[in-house]
Amino acid sequence: MSAVVSAAGCLAANEWICGEYLRSRGQELTDATVQHVWITAVSVLIGVAVAFPLALLVRARPGLAAPVLGLTTVLYAIPSLAMFSLLLPFFGLSAALVVTGLVLYSLTILVRNILAGLASVPEEAREAARGMGYGAGRLLWEVELPLALPAVMAGVRMATVSTVALTTVGALVDYGGLGTLVTTGLKSFFKAQVLTASVLCVVLAVGADLLLLGLQRLLTPWTRIRRGRIREAG
Amino acid sequence: MGTVADAWVWLTTGTNWQGESGVGNRLGEHLWFTGVCLALSCLIALPLALWLGHIGRGGALAVNLSNAGRAVPTLAVLVLLTITPLGRHGDLPTVIALVLFAVPPLLTNAYVGMREVDRAVVEAARGMGMSGGQVFRKVELPLAYPMVMTGLRSATVQVVATATLAAMAGGGGLGRVITAGFNTNNTPQVVAGALVVGALALLAEGVLVAAGRALDPMRSTRRAH
Repeated sequence: MSAVVSAAGCLAANEWICGEYLRSRGQELTDATVQHVWITAVSVLIGVAVAFPLALLVRARPGLAAPVLGLTTVLYAIPSLAMFSLLLPFFGLSAALVVTGLVLYSLTILVRNILAGLASVPEEAREAARGMGYGAGRLLWEVELPLALPAVMAGVRMATVSTVALTTVGALVDYGGLGTLVTTGLKSFFKAQVLTASVLCVVLAVGADLLLLGLQRLLTPWTRIRRGRIREAG
Repeated sequence: MGTVADAWVWLTTGTNWQGESGVGNRLGEHLWFTGVCLALSCLIALPLALWLGHIGRGGALAVNLSNAGRAVPTLAVLVLLTITPLGRHGDLPTVIALVLFAVPPLLTNAYVGMREVDRAVVEAARGMGMSGGQVFRKVELPLAYPMVMTGLRSATVQVVATATLAAMAGGGGLGRVITAGFNTNNTPQVVAGALVVGALALLAEGVLVAAGRALDPMRSTRRAH
């Protein structure tokens, strides 16, 4: 493509990469991205808020482990299009439908990782805290949760990346963020729109993953100190 | 629960199962896509993963591939493939997308399964005079089998789901029953289509779990643990 093909020309020529598209539809792209981000963020936050009590419940009553984990696995096996459709009678064409579907999917990953994190807490740490007079609540907040954080955050990262990708399916009910641009782009064979929205989606997923990785490092400074000492010793 | 009753009425009406856009034909398309693409993906991924696992190389590739697979939206890939020249060849975009998303879980799980085989066991087998091929067939493969089956199960879940999404990119399959229902504001049809898809997905999962247990080469030994 030579410079003769002017900026406006690429829209008319329906090219895959088009700067003029970014300029002329900037607002539309921003709106879709903002919608994508808030749907993902709200879904993951609600997912974590639901998964924590579920994981604690399963830990307190191991008999519930099989039904809870089984149910979340079953939910995960249901295709997203079917999941959103089954929620239609309850929520209508709304953002709540998409968020509910995404929360249900995130539970599988989150509950498993929170349980794995809590199980990885060394028994000595628990004993020591109990010996110091920690009650169950304080033990959970000040000892178990911080030690479980790496596994929990690994789960949150996986759930977030999947949720960013799955949000696109919300286009079915017009709440798909960038996914809505992808499907409307298909109707008019608008190549620049489909490619730009798809690439932005992947960028969002990778960006969210890195952001959460940074947050994890900030929240668990001791893991780095420990690793540093091992390196010095070795 | 009126909607479920309406969906049931829709499902039990014979005419909704007939014709090109009937549930019967869509179900056939769906099963065909799923079966062909799973077989194709296994042919591509399993020999590669098992071989890489046997020689102990390419671990970073196997693991990163499945992480990357999670970040890429299936819907976007389906639509992108549809508007490329490939889209003119009927179901080709759907088949390519299905294979693309089935390969990572198959590859990663089979590879990890092979690498998690206890090295001491492999050394012992070699010490007994087994050749590379014998170690692979008699030691590594049976021990890696559960992970290979886990990969096959997640690939199946992925393929059934992606085949449903193909409808949003203009492809066939059971998703069409749902999208057609959306286009005509026919909620009973939407719910009926979703019920059929959900039932198929759970059935596929159930069949694979059962087949995995029945075909386990170390069935009797594993149960003892």
